[in-house]
Amino acid sequence: MDEAELPPNTPDPGMRVALFVTCLANSFRPSVAEASLRLLEQAGCEVDIPELQSCCGQPGYNSGDRSGAASTARAVIRVFEPYPYVVLPSGSCAGMLRIHYPKLFDGVWRERAERLAGRVYELTQFLDEVLGWRPRSTTRPEVFAYHDSCAGLRELGIHTQPRQLLAQAGHTVRDIEGSEVCCGFGGTFCARMPAISARMSDDKLGAVERSDAQTLLAGDLGCLLSLAGRARRRELPLRFRHVAEVLAGDLETPAIGEAAD
Amino acid sequence: MEQLSRDFLARADQALAEPERAANREALGVLMPELRRAAIGALGGRKAFEKLREELRVVREHSLANLAHYLDEFMEQARKNGSEVHFAASAQELNERVIELCRRAEARRVAKGKSMITEETGLNAALEAEGFAVCETDLGEYIIQKAGETPSHIVGPALHKPESEIRDLFLAEHDLGERELAGAPEMVAEAREVLREQFLAADVGIIGSNALIAEQGLSMLVTNEGNGDLCANLPRTLIICTSIDRVLPRAVDAMTMLRLLVRSTTGQAVSCYTSFYGGPRRDGDLDGPLEVHFVLLDNGRSDILDSDYREMLQCVRCGACLNHCPVYMSAGGHAYGWVYPGPMGSVLTPLLTSLEEAAPLPDACTACGRCEEVCPGAIPLPDLLRDLRSEKFAAGITPQRWRFGMRVHAWLCERPRLYQLFASLAVGLLHRFGRRRGVISRWPMAGGWLTARELPVPAAGRTFMAMQRSARASRGSREANQ
Repeated sequence: MDEAELPPNTPDPGMRVALFVTCLANSFRPSVAEASLRLLEQAGCEVDIPELQSCCGQPGYNSGDRSGAASTARAVIRVFEPYPYVVLPSGSCAGMLRIHYPKLFDGVWRERAERLAGRVYELTQFLDEVLGWRPRSTTRPEVFAYHDSCAGLRELGIHTQPRQLLAQAGHTVRDIEGSEVCCGFGGTFCARMPAISARMSDDKLGAVERSDAQTLLAGDLGCLLSLAGRARRRELPLRFRHVAEVLAGDLETPAIGEAAD
Repeated sequence: MEQLSRDFLARADQALAEPERAANREALGVLMPELRRAAIGALGGRKAFEKLREELRVVREHSLANLAHYLDEFMEQARKNGSEVHFAASAQELNERVIELCRRAEARRVAKGKSMITEETGLNAALEAEGFAVCETDLGEYIIQKAGETPSHIVGPALHKPESEIRDLFLAEHDLGERELAGAPEMVAEAREVLREQFLAADVGIIGSNALIAEQGLSMLVTNEGNGDLCANLPRTLIICTSIDRVLPRAVDAMTMLRLLVRSTTGQAVSCYTSFYGGPRRDGDLDGPLEVHFVLLDNGRSDILDSDYREMLQCVRCGACLNHCPVYMSAGGHAYGWVYPGPMGSVLTPLLTSLEEAAPLPDACTACGRCEEVCPGAIPLPDLLRDLRSEKFAAGITPQRWRFGMRVHAWLCERPRLYQLFASLAVGLLHRFGRRRGVISRWPMAGGWLTARELPVPAAGRTFMAMQRSARASRGSREANQ
């Protein structure tokens, strides 16, 4: 039997997972949250979307507002700590919960942050490593370029997981030159230092243009929104999508920064 | 050296507008990581690197925790070897001491090897003001001295200058006759000719140090040009200027450092010259200086040692963080406005000068983590930069509107219902204004983002959480109706 025809794995039914939608998916790209929900359900999880969620606190944390970041973190910990797993469609937000929350506290809150940290996963990492899930074969195979977001790559070790899932679905993934180099987003960095950020984005966009893919995928909406915004400003014919959308088979939603038809 | 870090953004804009230099930087940003990767691969790859840098971290941490002890030991051993050891609390003290030593040596001409410490103290200007003729002998330092520029990189001070600029400089400054200096080899040969005379004529040689070895009272110097050795061995007097944090307990510790230093710097397994200076010429020696002085600079390092930024003193000055920093490669070294650029400079500059003067530097980072990944000193540079941002925030150096924005954001994050209400309103507005194009180019308070890019508008008119609430409500009412 051909490997592509193997039925998708279904893990133990009823694995309880909390989906942290992330603020960018919630506001700018609900289709990413929908796709994440669908993928987790396809993989056999019982998904909860806690109502009392907002943002993980990265903007404040990276801008020096440590006490603001800590109060945000406490709110997030309270809401998500009852769950055995917390999954986010973003490497940098997952990294924030996993790597950075514990650094914000001492004492009891540190323990709570550490306990939560061990149960936090970025979406593709969770699907691939924890669930061992395989996507269904796509009927519309495409060639994609892939951008590794820095936090996902270096804080969480996300590199092969999304590529493997995309390949299993029947897509082709092209690595781009300098794939380990930052795209220039950096949260508030891109607004504080726009000229430098644009230069970095242009390097990244150049690498995508030199690949034979027209669509760039990534696991982080921050990178995608900033690259799509830059590409639109420069009128480059590139498209941008979140990996969750593609894995869930959603190619109907207009690409990021494109007008609805 | 003059502190111009406040103008980081303006100077970065300038650098971005220089196409030839920008292309030069971009090429370096590809080449240097490739060279390092090959060298680390030959060493045994990432695991071997991690193991070695952990060894080095332990050694450095131990040396710094017992700094006074090892400095005492170094001093004692160096004196036994016949060297003199001087301490300088500030930049000015170092300069004054060196001037005094030059006077004592009745020197007129000084030949210098590359030393970032003397860049930090502005020694050249101080010596010249006292009438000494100073010649830099490291090729890169020589070039920028001739050009009246400052270093753009801690290892390759003239890396910002494309070949064409260097040719023009030599054509203008050197007596070349009919020669045109076709390529880099001709330029190097020309510099070598000119510098040879400088070595022979110098009364005093001044060099830096990569490590001081306490056990034997030695100084280790790593170079590729051999100019440091000529500065050290030909003039009558040798002055080694370095900082107190360079001291290591044993020669074997310096070897641990050496294995990582050179691979991290240029991707070589070992540099062309690694020299150990043990003191003045002894009876029966054929050459060597008659006098050797160490001038050890503090200039704020004791304060760093006692602060939360102590890990920064584990820096071995390899330059790998610069070579791997996309912000450095875009903005160029001069944008940082002082001696040390790139990630290590963005941490060191506020600590060695002041957070006010260096205010933009901690923000010149996307927290991509590539610097930390390659740092042989295992310094958590992004964390240290974030800590500096927290200090800026607390001290009110961060602009008021950013602080206000962040406080409001944090306040809302703690109140998810209110947060979601605001998100819904903003999403509705943005979607209505931008759905036709998919992006917007103008929006109040989004100026920073919109300077260089469009803002993709929310793809739907509602937030995901709002859609979820509606779905739940309609499920609920269906169930109620059944």
